[in-house]
Amino acid sequence: MKKLKSTLPNMILSLGIITIVSALILAWVYTITEDPIAKVAEEKQIEAIKSVLPSFTNNPLNDVAHVIPDGETRSLDVFPAYDGDTFVGAAVSSYSMDGFAGEINVIFGFDANGTISGYSVIQQAETPGLGTKMEEWFRSDVADRSVIGLNMATGNKLTVKKDGGTVDGITAATISSRAFLGSLNRAFEAYMTYKSEHLNN
Amino acid sequence: MNFFKLIYNGAVKENPTFVLLLGLCPTLGTTGSASTGMSMGLATMGVLICSNAAISALKSLIPDKVRIPAFIVVIASFVTILQLVMKAYLPALNESLGIFIPLIVVNCILLGRAEAFASRNSVISSVADGIGIGFGFTVALTLLGAVREFLGTGRIFGLEIYPENYGALVFVLAPGAFIALGFLIALFNRLKNRSQSC
Repeated sequence: MKKLKSTLPNMILSLGIITIVSALILAWVYTITEDPIAKVAEEKQIEAIKSVLPSFTNNPLNDVAHVIPDGETRSLDVFPAYDGDTFVGAAVSSYSMDGFAGEINVIFGFDANGTISGYSVIQQAETPGLGTKMEEWFRSDVADRSVIGLNMATGNKLTVKKDGGTVDGITAATISSRAFLGSLNRAFEAYMTYKSEHLNN
Repeated sequence: MNFFKLIYNGAVKENPTFVLLLGLCPTLGTTGSASTGMSMGLATMGVLICSNAAISALKSLIPDKVRIPAFIVVIASFVTILQLVMKAYLPALNESLGIFIPLIVVNCILLGRAEAFASRNSVISSVADGIGIGFGFTVALTLLGAVREFLGTGRIFGLEIYPENYGALVFVLAPGAFIALGFLIALFNRLKNRSQSC
């Protein structure tokens, strides 16, 4: 077959047909993958909530509350967990824009007293091998690293040792550590706000 | 040229990383570990084979003056399909490669092969070229990832070989990628020269 000449109608027709066919194929693939993608995202969220909280019986995704911490504009999702009728704690999906690269999303679990029961990093783009260690670092057994079991109800925000705080930050990744603790402090604020607004005890 | 010769040509003689030095952005960006390097190589290889085949099949329908936008549309479509499929069925892999999957669109290996090979050869040869170049790219990324992971964290494919504390941090970061790549290219050239001289 001879190659089409580069005349205006040929060019318009050729590019037009290629883009339309591409768009149709993409639309078709999208409709097929739409449901699995949504399911993966939801499963991931439930999985994350389960991993940071004590056992619960409700579906926290249905009881979600959007809470704006004091002095901020963006709301955080608070997922309350109940075992029967007893409030056992809540998972807070928090964020920080202060990371080394892009936004960090972490989901934190607090039990009914406000003690940190766990966390799970949902999204981050920190330096591989440095900031990415946050997933394990802040739950490891080494002294002063773990934030799990701490309670900020006394009013002290958590900061890294470099800033005069009590938490041992990730070696060579102080910025990522600061961002992580920033999102934790934000999550706790949201949790306390949620408690005072929604629970009458 | 027959099918296998084309594959050999793409993987060794015109290895995209070690010889043509194409696609260096993902090469440096995704080789923090051997496994991410390998998955990036395989993802690129998949798109490259499909785009080479499609462009070669369409070559007589694409006027010369609009060939570049046409190639880019074809490549971008395959990359988007790949990303949707990975998001749906391989979410963990999609996460570890992150932004580098959509960036395959602007990977110069794909456009380079479309322009230099697929738009002038038959569909079968273009598929062979895609397999060869893709394989060469995968091997190069895996090697570079393994070297960096080993020197930086003491592991290969996540398997601990020596304690992490002795690793050289620089190899985890971007400068280490350049250094390791430089040495690998030197090694590759030496092996190539030796095999040609005897």
